[in-house]
Amino acid sequence: MTLRARLVVERAGFRLDVGFEVAPGEVVALLGPNGAGKTTALRALAGLTALTSGHIDLEGRALHEIPAESRPIGMVFQDYLLFPHLSALDNVAFGPRCHGASKVEARRTASAWLERVGLSAHAGSRPRRLSGGQAQRVALARALAVGPRLLLLDEPLAALDAHTRLDVRSELRRHLAGFDGATVLVTHDPLDAMVLADRLVVIENGSIVQEGTSVEVARRPRTDYVARLVGLNLYRGIATGRTVTIEATAGTTNDTTTNDTTTADMTSADTIPGVGTLSSGGGPGAGTADVEDGGVEAGGGEGVVFSVVERFDGPVFVAFPPSAVALYGTRPNGTPRNLWRARIDGVERHGDNVRVHLDGPIPVAADVTPAAVAELDLVPGKPVWVSVKATETHAYPA
Amino acid sequence: MVPAVAGLVFLVLPLAGLLVRAPWSTLAGRLAEPQVLEALRLSLVTASLATLFCLLLGVPLAWMLARTSFPGRRVVRALVTVPLVLPPVVGGVALLLVLGRRGLVGQWLESAFGFSLPFTTAGVVLAEAFVAMPFLVISVEGALRAADQRFEEAAATLGASRWTAFRRVTLPLVAPGITAGAVLCWARALGEFGATITFAGNFPGRTQTMPLAVYLALETEPEAAIVLSLVLLAVSVIVLASLRDRWVSGP
Repeated sequence: MTLRARLVVERAGFRLDVGFEVAPGEVVALLGPNGAGKTTALRALAGLTALTSGHIDLEGRALHEIPAESRPIGMVFQDYLLFPHLSALDNVAFGPRCHGASKVEARRTASAWLERVGLSAHAGSRPRRLSGGQAQRVALARALAVGPRLLLLDEPLAALDAHTRLDVRSELRRHLAGFDGATVLVTHDPLDAMVLADRLVVIENGSIVQEGTSVEVARRPRTDYVARLVGLNLYRGIATGRTVTIEATAGTTNDTTTNDTTTADMTSADTIPGVGTLSSGGGPGAGTADVEDGGVEAGGGEGVVFSVVERFDGPVFVAFPPSAVALYGTRPNGTPRNLWRARIDGVERHGDNVRVHLDGPIPVAADVTPAAVAELDLVPGKPVWVSVKATETHAYPA
Repeated sequence: MVPAVAGLVFLVLPLAGLLVRAPWSTLAGRLAEPQVLEALRLSLVTASLATLFCLLLGVPLAWMLARTSFPGRRVVRALVTVPLVLPPVVGGVALLLVLGRRGLVGQWLESAFGFSLPFTTAGVVLAEAFVAMPFLVISVEGALRAADQRFEEAAATLGASRWTAFRRVTLPLVAPGITAGAVLCWARALGEFGATITFAGNFPGRTQTMPLAVYLALETEPEAAIVLSLVLLAVSVIVLASLRDRWVSGP
């Protein structure tokens, strides 16, 4: 492991306490909601925020013992912080100059880096004359020009518009692949994290709640936050064989899956590894699941009993995508598995489909076609039958 | 409306009067008088030296006020601004008490170096700097506060020491603020009267600056006073013009 860090930063009303490792050439994304402490963790690695306790070991050096300007790091800030009074070239040459290179040498290094990021033509431009994407590339070149062993990226794409983002993201990915040191990037955007990083570390309220590869995290979310990011309905329940009992949410409000299906939601992006594998997660064995009457009851604090494919005993998570949820105006005939009554809480557009938020024993999000909305007259307040295909529900130990 | 117009007239009329009564025909000749030139030269030199003195001490002081926190920072800040509101004559008396021949520090200077400040050109510079320094400090402090401190952090991640970051990043960023502060400081030093005459006296060629010369000339040769005043007015207008982007263009 090239980087081993345990970062503890205490402030009034907030405590960050995370530990993680990054291998040479590996890109780790710290993913989390605003205020989770991701940026604090990054600043602590850079030496811009003091550690309350903990340690940072980079290739055998105790980084936490040396000041920011002596650490072998490169950092790309969220709004880049290119020096406005210097040209793009001099911005990139700034680091080499500080590391003792002569003016000529520093400029040679800088122009080589500008060429690598494809900005030789803009070497003489002041930052304010650069577009967002160009400024981002200059910031990356500036961070890499000092030959860092640890690259830190703070929301590297957050300041870009959606179109530029797409280009810059894939280009950034290419540059990160060519960097042999450790990379830690901070983002609240799961798409950025999954495209750019080899491994995700999810931070909430100053602690790590989940870590693993993109596929693992996308497939097996362990908190509501992660589930929302990867666009899954997630519940915690008790498994007995292939049935999982999920307690009714106390006073089923619209807090878990109903809010925040904003831009961070990934289900609209089909290209994401991990999400695409969800629908195939069930397998053909689902038909053997038990028929449960308990699940048929609507509301009333009863909870829902799910049939799942996997066999477990004890506390488990159950996850399924909104597309696995079907809605009916009347009680459907046939197998009444994973079926319950709910009330529509809200309806919104979601890509080509319509996302329906449902109250009931457990809050759930369903994706249905606009045609179904019209046919079933899905308006808020209307009671419906909800069913989830067992083959698309995925259970894993809690 | 009426009070507003009255206010405007009140501010502009005296200046207009100065222009109307100016002896335009003899202006060139009077300007060339050795006494006038001497006073003008002395004024320009002392005001510039005072500004330099203020820059050397005022910029670090402004940096300390803007970027560090220490107990009593608010008190220090208030103390720095005292000369702004203090009658300059009081400043002159205070300087005399400290740096005068029998003053707290002056006594020691005299015995150690055989050196005395009052009634010298150096005394003029000190008196002007004392009165003008707050203008510079406040202007630079404001600029430093407005400058994004994270640029210094970015410089640190690139390997810049605190001093390098200040020199190569912060200073260029706040340069307009420093320039404005220096111009303001210089203009104030140029017009300084009270502290100068109290601390440095009124010796032609040595401590008699333009404002002092104006005052003296008013009793003996009113026309000369008008000419000298015109020169000072012209300087003020030039200063204002050079700062127009910051001060004159309102919202």
